[in-house]
Amino acid sequence: MTDMKLDQRPEQALYRTHFAQWNELIGAREPAWLRARREAAFARFEALGFPTTRQEPWRFTNIAPLLRVPFRLAAAWPERSLPDEWLAPYREWAAHHLVFVNGHFVGEIPADGRAHGVLARGIRALLGEDPGIVEPHLAGCAEDASNAFTALNAAFLTDGAFVRIPRGTVVETPIHLLFLTLDEGTPVVTHPRNVILAEENSQATIIESYVSLGDGPYFTNAVTEIWAGENAIVQHYKVQRESRAAFHIASVRIAEERTATVLDFSLALGAALARTDIVAILKGEGAECTLNGFYWARDQQLVDHHTVIEHVAPHGTSREFYKGILDDEARGVFDGTIIVRPGAQKTDAQQVNKNLLLSTDALVNTNPRLQILADDVKCSHGATIGHLDEDALFYCRSRGLDAETARELLTYAFASDILNTIAFGPLRRSIGEWVLTEWPEGERLKELL
Amino acid sequence: MSQRPLLEIRNLRVRVNGQEILKGITLAVYPGEVHSIMGPNGSGKSTLAQVLAGREVYEIVEGEVLYDGEDLLPMPPEERARRGIFLAFQYPVEIPGVSNLYFLKAAVNTLRKQRGLPELDAMEFLALVREKAKLVELDENLLQRAVNDGFSGGEKKRNEIFQMTLLEPRLAILDETDSGLDIDALRVVAQGINALRHPDRAIVLITHYQRLLNYVTPDVVHVLYDGRIVKSGGKELALELEEKGYGWIAEEIIGSPRS
Repeated sequence: MTDMKLDQRPEQALYRTHFAQWNELIGAREPAWLRARREAAFARFEALGFPTTRQEPWRFTNIAPLLRVPFRLAAAWPERSLPDEWLAPYREWAAHHLVFVNGHFVGEIPADGRAHGVLARGIRALLGEDPGIVEPHLAGCAEDASNAFTALNAAFLTDGAFVRIPRGTVVETPIHLLFLTLDEGTPVVTHPRNVILAEENSQATIIESYVSLGDGPYFTNAVTEIWAGENAIVQHYKVQRESRAAFHIASVRIAEERTATVLDFSLALGAALARTDIVAILKGEGAECTLNGFYWARDQQLVDHHTVIEHVAPHGTSREFYKGILDDEARGVFDGTIIVRPGAQKTDAQQVNKNLLLSTDALVNTNPRLQILADDVKCSHGATIGHLDEDALFYCRSRGLDAETARELLTYAFASDILNTIAFGPLRRSIGEWVLTEWPEGERLKELL
Repeated sequence: MSQRPLLEIRNLRVRVNGQEILKGITLAVYPGEVHSIMGPNGSGKSTLAQVLAGREVYEIVEGEVLYDGEDLLPMPPEERARRGIFLAFQYPVEIPGVSNLYFLKAAVNTLRKQRGLPELDAMEFLALVREKAKLVELDENLLQRAVNDGFSGGEKKRNEIFQMTLLEPRLAILDETDSGLDIDALRVVAQGINALRHPDRAIVLITHYQRLLNYVTPDVVHVLYDGRIVKSGGKELALELEEKGYGWIAEEIIGSPRS
């Protein structure tokens, strides 16, 4: 009976094959508890199946193109050293880099003056050396129960970054988790899993980059879990610059204790299809959460953000600001939920989503949702969808700027307020340059960065 | 005058959304001249200004406009700007996210390139900006801020005049730059305009009030009424309008045998 049911979902068959391969490969080398959790996760994935557009959270995002590609499970990269040019764009960053190739940890470039006691390692290596450290933190996302992709990620748990900032420690230089995917002819799938633990009174900036070394298709299925202890401060940037043929599906889960402050900034610039789910739970009193986002899609790219901010305790503050630019036939989705639980009095929540459409064929679906179950709260939300202002275009042109430059200037101006909030200068400039390099007159606008 | 007009408008008729706003304007402005076009609200003043600067939403029904002897109407707005036409906007546009300084530098260098001059680097530009900012008493803080973003009405108008002095146009069209200004700002605006006066340049002041003309003496004053220039004269005409309002013009037209 079960078998018959499974056969009706042929798109899962590929992942069943992968699962058998992975189990064989990893075999006896992993702890029994991990094997058991992975088996359970795969069973959840089998039961859930891939989502369809008939399910509300996936109504505007059809993953059929993803299911048509016969990905192969990415193998570990055999080399011990990395070609210089792969890391060249980040050489000037004052950061501690952890480098992953096809989802496997390959090495690190430590920063000068590294803070004492900070643990920043590949998860697979830690599992071999000291599984007790990671075990409690790989219990699986609560979302595994409803999200087939996070279940799949848990089932294939391969590698990723494990970062722990000890209590009271301030890490001045950002920790950069660089995920490079190679283009080796056949498309691969990777399942990175990152765990970021910021203990009481600690502070750190984590940049999680997804970058392609080719133009071909592949599939990144990432999960990142962030825990901010009491009074901890975490800034987390997810920078998605996948190849324009890639699929990027990611889940970021944030838990905040008392008076913790977390910024999560999702920058979605690449991929054919990109979907990011972000869930932030403000568990402790007086916690603060900022969710910022910037997406820019062209041609037939699809970029989807689903966010949930859940206020559980009183005096929580959340600020959500997402901006998107959609050109050509690109589609954008923003779905932002704010939940205020009955005990979460004096919650102050604001959500804003602004979209700029540069073409008549571009489309965005924006959907704010508020579920307020407490009576003494301040919540607001607003969404806009607009085109470039004709008056402003004329104003620029009347000062001698040609029509294309004027359009680009105003488009950049639209993005600049959100991009200027990126505190780490090298990242801010890098994003600005990434965007402007693609524009015909962008070179002239680089002075603005 | 023996020379050719810098701006020559011949029987210009313009429609917006199917409605005729300019109903046959004829006007010649020679180098060195300052013309003032006055008229009540809705007479077509701003439409005329926008058409001359190249706004594309207007439909030209008939007529032609020559700028320095060349057909102006087919030129896109940036081409007109590069050839020396400047419009000071009645409602300057805010551009959050772009600093005033960057915007001006882009504009100045585009125009310099057109004139075969080398582009100014950051230092040279800053020196030029400082000099011109003094002339229009522009607060230097406004240069670092985004273009017109959060500027007061007076600051926006000053910024327009500041741009004009930087860009040094051959033909400056000022669309109600004097409206809503206090007397200090008005004086500064007039200073900017007078500094631009030059035998090779022409200035068209579009205004609702005579006030500005106390500080800038026009060579010719035109009255625009219901899409037509119904009267032209010297600066006394402006005083007469100030005294009597626009009502007597209407009576004169209605009373005239042509209507």
